[in-house]
Amino acid sequence: MPTPILMPALSPTMTEGNLAKWHKAEGDKVEAGDVIAEIETDKATMEVEAVDEGVLGKILIAEGTEGVAVNTPIAMLIEEGESADDISLSPSPSTAAPSLPSPQGEGGRAIASSGEGIASQPQGAHIENRDILYAQGQIIEPPPFDEASFTDTQTLTIREALRDAMAEEMRREKNVYLMGEEVAEYQGAYKVSQGLLDEFGAERVIDTPITEHGFAGIAVGSAMNGLQPIVEFMTWNFGMQAMDHIINSAAKTLYMAGGQLGCPIVFRGPNGAASRVGAQHSQCYASWYAHVPGLKVVSPWSGADAKGLLKAAIRDPNPIIFLENEMLYGQSFEVPSSDEFVIPLGRAKIERTGADVTIVAYSIMVAKALEAAQELAEQGIDAEVINLRTIRPLDRHTILESVKKTGRIVTAEESWPFAGIGSEIAALCGEHAFDYLDAPVTRVCSADVPLPYAGNIEALALPQASHIVEAARKVCYAD
Amino acid sequence: MAAAKGKKKTASKKAAPSKKTGGPGAEELKKLYRDMLLIRRFEEKAGQLYGMGFIGGFCHLYIGQEAVVTGITTMQEPQDTVVTSYRDHAHMLACGMEPRGIMAELTGRASGYSRGKGGSMHMFSREEGFFGGHGIVGASTSIGTGLGFAHKYKKDKGVAAAYMGDGAANQGQVAECYNMAALWELPVLFVIENNQYGMGTSVDRAAAGKLYKRGEGYGIPGEQVDGMDVFEVQKAAKQALDYIRSGNGPYILEVMTYRYRGHSMSDPAKYRTKEEVSSFKEERDPITHVKEALLKAKVSEDEIKEIDKEIKEIVTEAAQFAQDSPEPDAAELWTDVLVEV
Repeated sequence: MPTPILMPALSPTMTEGNLAKWHKAEGDKVEAGDVIAEIETDKATMEVEAVDEGVLGKILIAEGTEGVAVNTPIAMLIEEGESADDISLSPSPSTAAPSLPSPQGEGGRAIASSGEGIASQPQGAHIENRDILYAQGQIIEPPPFDEASFTDTQTLTIREALRDAMAEEMRREKNVYLMGEEVAEYQGAYKVSQGLLDEFGAERVIDTPITEHGFAGIAVGSAMNGLQPIVEFMTWNFGMQAMDHIINSAAKTLYMAGGQLGCPIVFRGPNGAASRVGAQHSQCYASWYAHVPGLKVVSPWSGADAKGLLKAAIRDPNPIIFLENEMLYGQSFEVPSSDEFVIPLGRAKIERTGADVTIVAYSIMVAKALEAAQELAEQGIDAEVINLRTIRPLDRHTILESVKKTGRIVTAEESWPFAGIGSEIAALCGEHAFDYLDAPVTRVCSADVPLPYAGNIEALALPQASHIVEAARKVCYAD
Repeated sequence: MAAAKGKKKTASKKAAPSKKTGGPGAEELKKLYRDMLLIRRFEEKAGQLYGMGFIGGFCHLYIGQEAVVTGITTMQEPQDTVVTSYRDHAHMLACGMEPRGIMAELTGRASGYSRGKGGSMHMFSREEGFFGGHGIVGASTSIGTGLGFAHKYKKDKGVAAAYMGDGAANQGQVAECYNMAALWELPVLFVIENNQYGMGTSVDRAAAGKLYKRGEGYGIPGEQVDGMDVFEVQKAAKQALDYIRSGNGPYILEVMTYRYRGHSMSDPAKYRTKEEVSSFKEERDPITHVKEALLKAKVSEDEIKEIDKEIKEIVTEAAQFAQDSPEPDAAELWTDVLVEV
């Protein structure tokens, strides 16, 4: 009986790829373990090996085909003696496909980062001694930024936007260097540093052994001695090994030194849940680091965020925690082309203007918030969506202005609920917008459990657009 | 650094170098004696101020270990850098930081090196190449390796001295840094100040094998040195620094020493015998050793007394300054959390 050979996944988050090359032709004999084809994504190339022996009866996907969905039959294997004519193609695709989330924009479809049209942004203000006012928890306007003036754009994936940000800043300042596991010769575990070794050489793009505690401390020491390191953690889960140096050595030094010695450094890498990678590889660290004075915590969603915020982080003289998201790396966005597109830290972006309810989100949850807002609009609820961009210092002003207008607020994050960013925003609204609230501040978070592996309960644990819709309807008393 | 500006230096990296043959000359001996005595008298004064309530929190004294940092720092060059852990007052003095600025930080005053916000374990001076003062055991090793990384990156011919105690030598990050320093041939001198007790635990109860041999697997040469003899320390330091500066990568010196006082001011040090402590004080005191060399070099008792007097004055002045300086302004609470962009 003919057996289908399916398009394999290269990683837990891959949903489609290209069929680069066939190594076998129709009619060729195949042994188990033979390389029969090559497939690729923008991250990697892999050889497809035959699992069973037989004869390659029919090639269903020609080489050079792009955007082949995982689990699509790419060829049929027949037993010796069978004829290719025996193959009758089932019209329905394989039903064995795991239910992977399907991120928008994968495969080159660009997302406009502002939903429907450009929302009007807060004016912002030039304010002296911002650092002191932030420390005191005062509500101050964000720094001004005329984002709409950057009209020339190009379509980039998030990983390209991050790479371009690093490359541009490394060209600009010779003391900026990149260090981490697999960042150089492997071109990045998630291909974020692709091409950097070629351009900048092994002195500035440095592969480390798997020793996060040690190399984070080395990077901190080098920052104290005049360099501006970018430290990539393969994921933030591994960054926990380095937490002592991030907090005790990087964040506190400026204060302990009475201002005479600081630590200009960026720690970056993927944060939050990927897909089916289990509890130790799926955690959001936003609230862990946002707790610490002396750190700035940044979490981009769109391509513009990724590029403009990473450039700002590299130029900033303070230690920065830069929280990316693996699920977003392959998504495409329109990104301003200018080298001077640098988004000020501490400034949120209103992604969608609305009058009925404010939804505050960061990272991947901005996409889910916009999806929820779309659905809410169809139900007659006009939601405003704020993309925090920077988590610390938090743009308290923009959040409060919005909630004073709408009277209702829902926070959306992949963190756990207890002492999360949503909790902080709830406290902010309680302290500064109590009289404006028409409903309790409501948080949408991950379930308060270590993330499970099984696909069905993993989906239940992670916050979805439907949860945001539900929460927004609740604070609008719509049910 | 406001406190230190315009003040006469009391110590500095690089003494007049020893002549190639023969022992150190009288001038060099006088400098060594002066540097070490400054540490001793400074620490005694700090202990006294602690007892009077002028210094709070933790205060780890270096008395007994003076030959270690003095022997190494006098062999360093001006572009070199230093980082150590929490027993750090001596390293600051040896790097040339001002006694009054250090003492004022100990008393938590605005004229201290960290404007009163750091305390005993947290002072820094970019000008003198001193990068702390760290309160987390083992952290100075990684930071020191990073200082060395920056020297190599900037090609400034500097060598970083990363000090740690015998207790810190057991930390995981030390092994991580030995590996990376060797792999990348970084200019780092790892100095293990083995004073034989990690707080109250003797090194024999905490460390397997020999600490100076722990670089062997990484190809890092290591050497054990008599840390009560400043000439031995200088000799070993010179050899190690030459090796490192020639581009050979890191080197480990395990310097055997002894602290006369407890781990911190609040430690009665009951884990060791009085006889053990007094045998070091009476038979191996590093300052007495230099004094004997001075006399042998025909430096008169009067000249030595002159140095004693000079040091006493510096320390008395520093203590007075530290008591008279105002505490930080209340507004200082909010500054220096972030560099304003």
